[in-house]
Amino acid sequence: MENMKVEGRVWKFGDDIDTDVIIPARYLNVSDENELARSCFIDIRPDFATGVSQGDVLVAGKNFGCGSSREHAPLAIKAAGIRVVIAESFARIFYRNAFNIGLPLLESVEGANGLADGGRATVDLATGAIEGKKGSFQARPIPEFMARLIAAGGLVQYVRKVKIRG
Amino acid sequence: MPMTITEKILAAHAGLERVSPGDLIEAKVDVALANDITAPLAIKVFDEIGVEKVFDADKVILVADHFVPNKDIASAQQVKLVREFARRQKLTHYYEGGDSGIEHVILPERGLVLPGQVIIGADSHTCTYGAMGAFSTGVGSTDLGAVMATGEIWLKVPPTILLRYEGKLRPHVGGKDLILHTIGLLGVEGALYCAMEFAGSVIEQLPMNQRFTMSNMAIEAGGKNGIIAPDETTLAYLAERTTRRFEIFKSDTCAEYDRVIDIDVTGIEPQVAFPHLPSNVRAVSQAGNVPIDQVVIGSCTNGWLDDLRDAARVLKGKKAAPGVRLIILPGSPLIYKTAMREGILETFLDAGGVIGPPCCGPCLGGHMGILAAGERAVSTTNRNFIGRMGHPESEVYLANPLVAAASAVLGKIGGPDEL
Repeated sequence: MENMKVEGRVWKFGDDIDTDVIIPARYLNVSDENELARSCFIDIRPDFATGVSQGDVLVAGKNFGCGSSREHAPLAIKAAGIRVVIAESFARIFYRNAFNIGLPLLESVEGANGLADGGRATVDLATGAIEGKKGSFQARPIPEFMARLIAAGGLVQYVRKVKIRG
Repeated sequence: MPMTITEKILAAHAGLERVSPGDLIEAKVDVALANDITAPLAIKVFDEIGVEKVFDADKVILVADHFVPNKDIASAQQVKLVREFARRQKLTHYYEGGDSGIEHVILPERGLVLPGQVIIGADSHTCTYGAMGAFSTGVGSTDLGAVMATGEIWLKVPPTILLRYEGKLRPHVGGKDLILHTIGLLGVEGALYCAMEFAGSVIEQLPMNQRFTMSNMAIEAGGKNGIIAPDETTLAYLAERTTRRFEIFKSDTCAEYDRVIDIDVTGIEPQVAFPHLPSNVRAVSQAGNVPIDQVVIGSCTNGWLDDLRDAARVLKGKKAAPGVRLIILPGSPLIYKTAMREGILETFLDAGGVIGPPCCGPCLGGHMGILAAGERAVSTTNRNFIGRMGHPESEVYLANPLVAAASAVLGKIGGPDEL
């Protein structure tokens, strides 16, 4: 797998961030991820899409990605430049979607609370180790099956390798 | 070992004797569903996987219902892409135009989903069909693209929360209020990753449409599926719609549950979910003075014929208050036609209502009833997130069709008793 170390600016959000605010439905008439990225969080954080840089870290509270199953949400976050999302917990459809498209997620209550907006964070995707200004945190390691999906390059490649070609 | 209904269906589709919560399984899929928003991405994934044909042209169902009738050029392009894929793959079930309606209404209505099935849909409200005793859950487009290619999906067997409803329902209280009350109780992540199993004498007395409403909103508590064991009501519903065979599963009496929650419905009033979460519920009598600009009656949650009948009963001989836009979207062409025959549409028109085509419309802020800054809507839909129905400074209040209709007349949030 590609570089497992991430270092970037923290973009922090609260609890129950739903996929409607990640990417409002009025922007779902296209499927191009770069176009979607331009409208990411537009209603609750208009400075995100213009300010985010490649390799940044998104941090949130409980139940991140709840609501609609729209895969446009993790696609927009990933295309905007975010390399990893750290949250207290994730909604289940968003969780599947993110790993399926190759956006890693880490669950860590301490990390979600300990990282401040605008600060820097270093994340080791392989071990779940998180380092911020206020200290070090250990996320739950990515479950084995999800790690295999990421290692394969997402669900498409996994299915091509394992299911179709045996 | 005893199992829950969810575990039994998953075990049967994974070719296993038994499964337990936490098991990772590969399940065979009976129905794979996508709509005009999620199908384009799923088709892209399908093409990338590189197989020629979908796993079964009878089992992939594509429904254009979100941004139709096409609201702009980009939406028209998306639907065109889906239509051409359906033709190329010779899909038996592609629905568009006058042949279409809200996916989660037309699939049960046309007998396309059955008890005991595993149904996977690229739409979070796919959990609706749990009301028929199927395992039914929403996924994203990549998962759906893989299902279209392989006919299988990896799933983690969920722990089950058993919700038992007992007592006597008060007037104007139904499935919508029970599920809003439940989401209020559990919170929007209270059933995260879990199966929700609805049971008890109150559920046994609910008609199918109200059961669909309950299962439909399982996702709003974070649930993976919301299931109800099939009974005489289910069988009677199916008898009118299909001759296909199906298997009935029920939970063993000593099945193991993650949690068992007993709910006495006797004290439950009609519920209203205030902005901006479906869990932010209050009894309608506690709503206070909330003036409104719009009422929406419809959606996969409450676009059923009985929902329109409820609304019409309240609106008969009355008018929507000045300044309130009343929008009604029947769930399917059949419901539309039946409502027309029953004089329900006339009641809506006389009340000052606008009747739209069977589609998702304003529920997700698509079209046909978008809110401006500062506007408030009472809606029979399922989500009231920030900006869900339009401007980020607009507000959506979720309620049952009786409360929505009464609110239209009152010009503020209120129940039928206030008329």
